[in-house]
Amino acid sequence: MPSTVMPTTGRGGGGPAPAAVSAVGLRKSYGDKTVLDGIDLRIPAGSVFALLGPNGAGKTTVVKILSTLIGADGGQAQVAGHDLATEAQSVRAAIGVTGQFSAVDGLITGEENMLLMADLHHLPRSEGRRVTAELLERFDLVDAAKKPAQSYSGGMRRRLDIAMTLVGGPRIIFLDEPTTGLDPRSRHTMWQIIRELVAGGVTVFLTTQYLEEADQLADRIAVLHDGRIAAEGTAEELKRIVPGGHVRLRFTAPAAYRTAVGALREVTAEADDEALALHIPSDGTQRQLRSLLDLLDSAGVEADELTVHTPDLDDVFFALTGAATQPHEPEEAVR
Amino acid sequence: MNSLSLAVRDSSTMLRRNLLHARRYPSMTLNLLLTPVVLLLLFVYIFGDVMSAGIGGDADRSAYLAYLVPGVLLLTIGGTTIGSAVSVSVDMTEGIIARFRTMAIHRGSVLIGHVVGSVVQCVMSVVLVGAVAVAIGFRSTDATALEWLLALGLLVLVSLALTWIAVGMGLSSPNAEAASNNAMPLMILPFLSSAFVPVEQMPGWFRPVAEYQPFTPAIETLRGLLLGSEIGHNGWLAVVWCVALAALGHLWSRSLFARDPK
Repeated sequence: MPSTVMPTTGRGGGGPAPAAVSAVGLRKSYGDKTVLDGIDLRIPAGSVFALLGPNGAGKTTVVKILSTLIGADGGQAQVAGHDLATEAQSVRAAIGVTGQFSAVDGLITGEENMLLMADLHHLPRSEGRRVTAELLERFDLVDAAKKPAQSYSGGMRRRLDIAMTLVGGPRIIFLDEPTTGLDPRSRHTMWQIIRELVAGGVTVFLTTQYLEEADQLADRIAVLHDGRIAAEGTAEELKRIVPGGHVRLRFTAPAAYRTAVGALREVTAEADDEALALHIPSDGTQRQLRSLLDLLDSAGVEADELTVHTPDLDDVFFALTGAATQPHEPEEAVR
Repeated sequence: MNSLSLAVRDSSTMLRRNLLHARRYPSMTLNLLLTPVVLLLLFVYIFGDVMSAGIGGDADRSAYLAYLVPGVLLLTIGGTTIGSAVSVSVDMTEGIIARFRTMAIHRGSVLIGHVVGSVVQCVMSVVLVGAVAVAIGFRSTDATALEWLLALGLLVLVSLALTWIAVGMGLSSPNAEAASNNAMPLMILPFLSSAFVPVEQMPGWFRPVAEYQPFTPAIETLRGLLLGSEIGHNGWLAVVWCVALAALGHLWSRSLFARDPK
């Protein structure tokens, strides 16, 4: 069983929202390598769910199974109220999938790709043209519409990919690492697109290896590690798993460092004599910072560097996945 | 929408996609056309005088042209289907196929689109190579309209049979090179048939190889329809071969496509 399972958030009255995706005990192995070792999921309709995990954790396998691309070896799942194993076509009619590798036809133009989707969704010709024009406009692809998709940049391909996914008006959208390999600008464009989808009432199932992305977009986050869900909850709930934040003081002069060690003996959690740095547990509030600064002032010592480190998903992630070393860096530097 | 009209609609959408590919990137199709045209010219103008001695009687080069054309037309089909094996294999590595698999479309439409597209290309290739043959002097001897129609039907049937086999080969190949190699027998077999010399002129030990393969009865039937030679049992033999190959290739391809993608 997962070592840390967060309680699901209680919902006031009216019972739980209907699940867009629910899975119990999903298993999958390739040969003797177990990729998924019993995955349980419940994603309320209209929410954004992020499956977070390092490369090779099995995120893509989960998406492939839930989107009917491959079968599971064990367990069962329902998507949009339909059983994956017995009603795959009904599941397919309700979902849209944008895979990790662009699912566009590179040999034909962006517009032809869109019209192809419209035909496969059996839209009447005029409506197909209208939807195509609308989505190309919305995703800023009008200028490139008549060019072959293989000439597109990474960001454009990804936008075309999502535009194609939206042609049939899916209620549940799977996005497998939608921003991997995109430059920062394209990543923010993609985030904006995802937020707009959610505003329209769509349920989004997203996988990512970026903690920041899950924090930014998701209502609930599950951390996938070694084929199991290591933890699940809101970003806030997950952050509570790891010990609180701290203030890091760094000195350049050994004398100042020693003075500070003496003055802060009571509050210091960890002193790093080599780096001349102190870790002082702190929730980062103004009151706590002020009392720390007062202590430094009364000792007449000035830190050369002060960083406030609040627990973020990186800490959670490293704590859960048992990475050997957790980099203690200012959070701006953590990607 | 009932399942038949869904199948027809989705398959024709896929067919349009494949024909768009072929139209946008015609170099592959044209390259494959080069081989039969070169062979036709080579065997008529360079080897023609020698080869004509082999078909019996006091045949000359123009008689050999007549003998050669039906075989070259079927060889054209074999070559075109190699292209189909390659394009199926390449297509399966594209992300768009994964997308198709997660859409509520007719499952077989992806393959049917490829097959119908390939048959259309085969017929067009046969028409082009046939036009070259006519340009250098090939004439049918008093074939009736019905015989022409039957000839066309035979060519379509052979195209369909070889395409389903080629699609299976494309699906079972990990990459384009492997697909091209695996499908090579479709182009080699005509050389081992009665396309270039009559089976009776071959060494005795080899004749069974030439006789018991699909190209020989198909070529003999086409000769009979266009040139008035005797068809005999070759007619139904060709049809049986084609139907069996098409059914086999269809089942094989379907089971390969039904497997979970990697």
